[in-house]
Amino acid sequence: MIETRSNALVARAMLIALMAVTLLPFLSMLSAALAPSGSYPAGLQWPSDPQWGNFVKAFEVANMTTLLWSSSLIVGGVVPVSVLIATMAGYGLSRIDKGRGKWLYLVFVLGLTLPFEAVITPLYYEVKALGILNTRVALILPLIGLFMPFSVYWMRAHFLNVPQEIGEAAEVDGASDWKQFWLIQVPIARPAIMSLSILLFLWTWNQFLLPVVLVQDPEQRTMAGALGAFQGQWGTDVPLLCAGALLILTPTVILFLIFQRQFVAALLQGSVKG
Amino acid sequence: MSETTLDDAAMRRAEGSPLQSTGARRPRFGRDQRKLLIAAGFIAPALVMYAAFVLVPLGMSVFYSLLRWDGIGRWRFVGLRNYLIVLTDPDLLQVIGNAFNLILYFTLIPIALGLAVATVIRGHMAGPFGTITRTVLFLPQVIPLVAAGIAWSWMFASTGLVNQLLTALGLGPLARGWLGDFTFALPAVGMIGAWVLLGLCTMLLVTGIAKIDQSIYEAAELDGAGRWQELVYITIPALRQEIGVCVTVTVIAALASFDIVYIATAGGPGISTMVPGLEIYRLAFAHRQVGLASALAIVLMLLVLLCVLPIQWFARPKR
Repeated sequence: MIETRSNALVARAMLIALMAVTLLPFLSMLSAALAPSGSYPAGLQWPSDPQWGNFVKAFEVANMTTLLWSSSLIVGGVVPVSVLIATMAGYGLSRIDKGRGKWLYLVFVLGLTLPFEAVITPLYYEVKALGILNTRVALILPLIGLFMPFSVYWMRAHFLNVPQEIGEAAEVDGASDWKQFWLIQVPIARPAIMSLSILLFLWTWNQFLLPVVLVQDPEQRTMAGALGAFQGQWGTDVPLLCAGALLILTPTVILFLIFQRQFVAALLQGSVKG
Repeated sequence: MSETTLDDAAMRRAEGSPLQSTGARRPRFGRDQRKLLIAAGFIAPALVMYAAFVLVPLGMSVFYSLLRWDGIGRWRFVGLRNYLIVLTDPDLLQVIGNAFNLILYFTLIPIALGLAVATVIRGHMAGPFGTITRTVLFLPQVIPLVAAGIAWSWMFASTGLVNQLLTALGLGPLARGWLGDFTFALPAVGMIGAWVLLGLCTMLLVTGIAKIDQSIYEAAELDGAGRWQELVYITIPALRQEIGVCVTVTVIAALASFDIVYIATAGGPGISTMVPGLEIYRLAFAHRQVGLASALAIVLMLLVLLCVLPIQWFARPKR
């Protein structure tokens, strides 16, 4: 009895220490962001005269409104299409799980561990040949393709767990395959679709390599890509850089705090399956 | 015609159905064929996108890797020479070595700390404290790696928090500009990765350990098992799958790292923190050595597979 209670205390202390380690870099950035612009602040100290204006300045020089719009457009182009075609493919693959169709699934799984760096050079030339270099489409199309292995894998795993009888019952009722997919399978798959959407949103929003290579103009990039450009430009001004970085990571953090439960579930399941 | 008969036979074998008279076979054969066609229709859009932006570029990567090409002018076929360079050039070998070095930090630290926390908690984290912990520990997973890189560049700067803490602890002489130091830049980059992955691994292991039947521990304690024995003989075997997941995710993150290094050190000082991902980018787009960059890309892809497949095999669920 005494041992379990002391255990609980030790556990709590360890978790608090881990949380402190996790939060310190954010606090350190905040304290730097409040120092006078262009100065060299110390690691962590509450500034005597907090310069909240740094955030306003960073908001303006980073063109945050444009960035938010650009990132939203890219997410809007990537996530719905990816989720839709991956759900369809997952459903299709689950129906030919036995027999001849099995190798098709393996083709998709092949891409699960592929580092994006392995295809970035040819992607550049491909996107250039398509005439879409330096546009948002240059990010949207390749990202949809690159997300397919995980998304298809994820949705297929879901559909394999749906009892066959559900589909068969609909077939007896004479529902067409397409109707059956939309009216019966998709509603059942909603939790899996929700988690997948969250993961794809995060991966798109935070994508860095593709924007750096495929899009020159920071204002056509994702948030993360734009942050890279911001660092290149303002890297020597620590307060401004920290203010900009904090601003740029705010939207996802706010969404995360609102949908905390769904995000955690998605990230945990996502790594287990992926 | 002969082909369709073969297909029919294959289908029958797969389903393990007994032989039936031809009369009964006909309609079912048609249905299977139809089922396959419909499935293909559902799969096609995803397959097209996957082929266009993964399979085709991958094939092109392999093709480029056999060329000497500056990306603009004429190319020349050089066979496997680029691979020979990747596997013998001391600088490129160091770059690959750096990636493996990062595994030490990206993988070992989060899993060791995660296991320590999980074994002490040994159960669900309920209540508001659990919610707060989950939220905080997942923050690094939600923010872009670029932001983590910027935050830690500042932590590791000469006037940053790390040095401030060292000085406060009376270890002032150890303070330095960590990311500009030939010896300490790579470990510092590794610590950034450890920070990013720590929360995810901890939560995975805590969730996993909550599923273990507590009576096993009670029985072991009755038999006089110590903490260490419990960890080695009960916890780690039972968490094999979760540990496998942590190792897979973190090893891929280490080998294919790009964002953190790009922001924090750009590979420097010298090439002490250069990793394959960044080197591919530099070779292809700054040095215009597309062939060599592609060979390195293919080697990187194979290294990831070589590391991940055995892990998957070890961690596969026992039947």
